[in-house]
Amino acid sequence: MDFLTLIQILDTTVRLATPLLFACLAGLYSERAGIFDIGLEGKMLAAAFFSAAFAAITGSVWLGLLAGMGASLFLSAVHGLASITFRGNQLISGVAINFLAAGLTVLIAQDWFQQGGRTPSLAGAARFNEIDLPFQSALADVPYLGPIYSELISGHSILVYVAFLTVPLTWYILFRTRFGLRLRAVGENPAAVDTAGVNVIWLRFVAVGICGVLCGLAGAYLATGLQAGFVKDMSSGRGFIALAALIFAKWRPWYALFACLLFGFFQALSFRPDVVKAVLQFEIPGQLMDALPYILTVVILAGFVGKAIPPRAGGEPYVKER
Amino acid sequence: MTIIKKMLGGAALLALTSTAALSEPALMYDLGGKFDKSFNEAAYNGAKRWAEETGNSYREIEVTAEAQRVQFATQLAERGFNPIVVLGFQNASTIEEVAPKYPDTKFAIVDVGWLDLPNLRQITFAEHEGSYLVGMLAAMASETGTVGFIGGMDVPLIRHFACGYAQGAKSVNADINVVANMTGTTPAAWNDPVKGGELTKAQINQGADVVYAAAGGTGVGVLQAAADADILSIGVDSNQNHMHPGKVLTSMLKRVDNAVYDVFANGVEGFEPGVVTMGLGNDGVGYALDDNNASLITADMKSAVDDAREKIIAGDVNVVAYYENDSCPALDF
Repeated sequence: MDFLTLIQILDTTVRLATPLLFACLAGLYSERAGIFDIGLEGKMLAAAFFSAAFAAITGSVWLGLLAGMGASLFLSAVHGLASITFRGNQLISGVAINFLAAGLTVLIAQDWFQQGGRTPSLAGAARFNEIDLPFQSALADVPYLGPIYSELISGHSILVYVAFLTVPLTWYILFRTRFGLRLRAVGENPAAVDTAGVNVIWLRFVAVGICGVLCGLAGAYLATGLQAGFVKDMSSGRGFIALAALIFAKWRPWYALFACLLFGFFQALSFRPDVVKAVLQFEIPGQLMDALPYILTVVILAGFVGKAIPPRAGGEPYVKER
Repeated sequence: MTIIKKMLGGAALLALTSTAALSEPALMYDLGGKFDKSFNEAAYNGAKRWAEETGNSYREIEVTAEAQRVQFATQLAERGFNPIVVLGFQNASTIEEVAPKYPDTKFAIVDVGWLDLPNLRQITFAEHEGSYLVGMLAAMASETGTVGFIGGMDVPLIRHFACGYAQGAKSVNADINVVANMTGTTPAAWNDPVKGGELTKAQINQGADVVYAAAGGTGVGVLQAAADADILSIGVDSNQNHMHPGKVLTSMLKRVDNAVYDVFANGVEGFEPGVVTMGLGNDGVGYALDDNNASLITADMKSAVDDAREKIIAGDVNVVAYYENDSCPALDF
């Protein structure tokens, strides 16, 4: 395998890791505040549809992005209402959101566009085009560093850079600000936070809201960045892989980055069986590559490699003592 | 108790009257959906054409989950629709279960040719022959000497497509490199345009400059990624040339519309059971040529392909079907 092939595979890895990363960080905020979120998949799907639909109607991808985040936020609000305000089961609410999104997107798409549950193809300003960073063509000929810069780092849509910048931002918010401390505390011991005079319900709603915004970005990236339009069920399980990545990352932002990159890398490798065969001298079935994220998560959950300990108050609605 | 009896009686009466009133044909789509711009949509176009020409109506139903297959087919038969056309090889077991229970109802299934039922018409297509022709076009249009194939779910039918394609490409250029990938092994592989697009980019990285997608909804992503990268793509089943004019080399046509139209038009009286193969000879398969790709297909390419078509029909050229011994002479999977 030559250097350029490696760069190409890593390039694919970055593109595929981006939606996972958004969704994974979305789940991280929510679950750190004690609200499990199975509905990442549904929110991504809803955001993918509404971002593509509004981009197609208005011709502006930015309005599309706003619409996508709005749709995702709406589903987050439903999840919050069901599981925080009415203290319902968080898992059931999440599953309901997944079903709701899968059905509603196709239904609305058919009503609006009559193209069988898809949006028209987007072109030009209606999608996030790849942007070239400065000096990329000038540096392209520099050995090793040139291709890394011009192929791997440059030439992605802006949402990719946003995703990677969200990681240090999340780390800073969660571990260096008062808000982050409280958010984490709400997921561990809400009673203590309540005793300190902080509004638990409000904090949880904020966390679920951030989750909605990030899922909106993930969905918009799928439909308007990676692809040019919405196709039914196009999230195809990425929300669940993101959940697996979250557990694999033990609910930590930097680990989440590595987990998503690793899972993206497995997918990228499964697209290049020729490379895998050349390097390892034997073939690995693509199905195994696809299953690896889940297998690794099970291994982590079983406690073979370190222990994944979820936030202690996760999944439990907070009931104020009387 | 009496209420239940009355209700049951009412339901039975309703079922009877509806059976008597209807002899409309029905069409059951496979997963992928009515508007997949591909296989199912071709069937829809055939049914629509029949409805427009005759002024009659038909019933259609879309399968969205595995569990609905038998349920929906039974429902259609129970309500008296006749004949009933069912799409897709994944419905073979559905028909095996439902058709014997309704011996007076005529069934037709597309993409299945191995069942043995007296009230069933089985329509198969010689996809390998059509794919052979587009494979030739791909090889003639390719400048890099590498062409790609992206399948949907990894099943024998899709390998059958790939195999014909590879044979066609190699008939033009024996040294050509055919890169083949499958999107996945579950039905989700029919609806993952993101993965389709990334597979296309991976194939472009391997040098491919023409990519053939036989992948349902996933193919939308393949055609998009190919158009973005300014290489050529080949559509499948329906004519997909219009999706990116000037960027789609051609489409391998599988005239599911004709098959559905024929069954609907023949009705119950003209129904013929048995296995029917739609190939190049009876225009069951072919390649699409229209305004959108006229500039891409040169006169030389056209004459070469039309020549091959004649030879295949005459039996001078034999395109090996993947089904014959579950392997392909031109391509390893």
